[in-house]
Amino acid sequence: MTLIPGESVRGVPPTVEEPPAPFDASAALPDEPLVVIEQRRSWFSIDIAEVWRNRELLYFLMWRDIKIRYKQTVLGAAWAVLQPAFMMLIFTLVFGRLAGVSGGVPYPLFALAGLVPWTFFANAVANSGNSLVSNVNLVTKVYFPRVIMPAAAVLSGIVDLALAVVLLGGMMLYYGVRLTPHVLMLPVLFALTTLCALSTGMWMSALNVKYRDVRFALPFLIQLWLFGSSVVVPSSVVPPHLRWLLNLNPMSAIIEGCRAALFSTPFHWQALGIATALTMVGFIVAAHFFRNTERSFADFI
Amino acid sequence: MRPIINIENVGKQYRIASERRAAYATLREALVGSFNASLKRLSGRGDTAEDKTFWALRGIDLDVYPGERLGIVGCNGAGKSTLLKILSRITEPTEGRARLYGRVGSLLEVGTGFHGELTGRENIYLNGAILGMKHAEIARNFDEIVAFAEMDRFLNTPVKRYSSGMYMRLAFAVAAHLQPEILIVDEVLAVGDASFQRKCLGKMSQVSRDGRTVIFVSHNMTAVQNLCSRVLWLDGGRVVAEGEPSRVINDYLRTTLTTMSQHTWSDPATAPGNDKVRMRRVAVQPSDGTLQDHLTVRTPLRVSFEYWNHIAGARLNLSVVIRTEEGHPIFSTSSSRDPEWSGKPFPAGLFRSSFEIPGDLLNDGVHRVELKIRRNEKELLYQHDDILIFDVLDAVEEGTVWFGKWVGAVRPALQWQTGLIEERRHSTV
Repeated sequence: MTLIPGESVRGVPPTVEEPPAPFDASAALPDEPLVVIEQRRSWFSIDIAEVWRNRELLYFLMWRDIKIRYKQTVLGAAWAVLQPAFMMLIFTLVFGRLAGVSGGVPYPLFALAGLVPWTFFANAVANSGNSLVSNVNLVTKVYFPRVIMPAAAVLSGIVDLALAVVLLGGMMLYYGVRLTPHVLMLPVLFALTTLCALSTGMWMSALNVKYRDVRFALPFLIQLWLFGSSVVVPSSVVPPHLRWLLNLNPMSAIIEGCRAALFSTPFHWQALGIATALTMVGFIVAAHFFRNTERSFADFI
Repeated sequence: MRPIINIENVGKQYRIASERRAAYATLREALVGSFNASLKRLSGRGDTAEDKTFWALRGIDLDVYPGERLGIVGCNGAGKSTLLKILSRITEPTEGRARLYGRVGSLLEVGTGFHGELTGRENIYLNGAILGMKHAEIARNFDEIVAFAEMDRFLNTPVKRYSSGMYMRLAFAVAAHLQPEILIVDEVLAVGDASFQRKCLGKMSQVSRDGRTVIFVSHNMTAVQNLCSRVLWLDGGRVVAEGEPSRVINDYLRTTLTTMSQHTWSDPATAPGNDKVRMRRVAVQPSDGTLQDHLTVRTPLRVSFEYWNHIAGARLNLSVVIRTEEGHPIFSTSSSRDPEWSGKPFPAGLFRSSFEIPGDLLNDGVHRVELKIRRNEKELLYQHDDILIFDVLDAVEEGTVWFGKWVGAVRPALQWQTGLIEERRHSTV
């Protein structure tokens, strides 16, 4: 068969009649590789599709964390409620006397309204920061998108959050505070808190793999963060020319927003807008950082 | 046939800690280190490499075809586990790429993800999910997994209360039901008793018969020979040999075990022994072959000792104990029934004593030889434990199914006879 120069060989049919091939597994092989394993050079973001495919593992890890959290404890899940409750008591004793600080709302309720989302955030960051390092055998022996680890640590706090919200509901009833449609913002704010916790968790857990200082820095960092998040006192305490500093901390606006949702005071939309933008940007940057360091986790952990 | 895994020039380089910097980095060290490095660069002395690097793998080119059972052998540190980690996507290659045309399930460690506080039942689901099985898949295979592990009574106890044997059995049971297109197994069979290993290898053979691809790393040459259709020998991060199992295994064993299956001491001054008797050469080899051939359970072996006798007139007697790898004695034999020299006084000089172990006697595995030389049946002149160590391989026939290691220190091929005593027609008794 003669070929004209330039004609593609692929278009040429076989000249010999081949007998039908016996069944072999390679007939079922895809044309394109499922995975190409090589050194990645470019910047990657989180592969949502892959996380979705592994969602069952995410549920299992969440379920595992929830199940073991209160195993062999006497008080069990009551700890989810006791933690914010005790903090509330202490803050009330120390700060409750300051006149007018809680703007008409009884101080214990004021404090608890801030402490419930804050406790969720603090525990989420602490757990996710250590999630990779405390699961060494999973990181070094099994493949799965590593972001599932901090994500599971953050999301497993939702059960505790739910229990604390029950306590909060009880307190609201006790003090006779009525709910208005403002409360519809609460789930949105909780979602924002989760996103913020996840970003911080991704940063911390990725850094922790290589630099173990993070394990020591984290508790103290969270403590400092508490004081900058308008949990103890409202942001009105901060002089106006410094308030922009407070706005750099998304949690401050979120906590204030939670209180506004519960007590039907006006929302600070500008602060919330800034907080949302910061959280989104923070998440994207954290995701990139995590993905880029992910490739060397197993080597450094 | 198109390959299901295509590995192209894969290499993995690790940085190893030099004396000045520890493997763990703290932020302080990293900051100080980078400051120092930039200073060095500025002052023109930046070319000294602070850390040493080494290539765990280099230039690996390989195609694995669907349905193949590939065994990977090599000494410790050859890069076998690193290759598996790269294929399992746990670590990234420094150079090259691997293309996978099927889903991979890896067994790099048994019981990954088991949590002590959860019960056996919960851990089955957790471990299965971690290995990549879907919840529905685990639920479907649940009863089989429990049966494989023989653990139905203890399913509701927290795993931290299990004995190590129970733990292993449960972990293996879950792992054995993993059914990906490509199964990668890394020396997990080194732990667990023989019946365990047999169960798991049986399952792996079955997986392969279903048309899946298996990549298997092991130090157990018998298992590799029986399970694998192709063997790869890695050493120092590179492919040394690849191909037909018995040939590659033979070559591998020859280079690693020759030094132990024969010794020659040419200088009498440094040879083991004393002023009464001194060794010159010891060897174990097939009776009708050369030292190069590997030993199987079928081959008759000749064990020979060459030694100097320094005391004229001594009536020497050699006795040998053959032990298993763990040191249990299998049998002992002595030269007291030697037709030519037993009971007779030995002149001073060089002697060779040897005996033949018939084929189809020893079981497969590593065997240790202990030698004692006595004078006049009583006085112990010389003793040498582990004077020889040799590995006997299982003999493999085409098409047989391997059932695992035969129980017992010896494995004689005895002739069975079966005869019909009385035929009875089917009755309702």
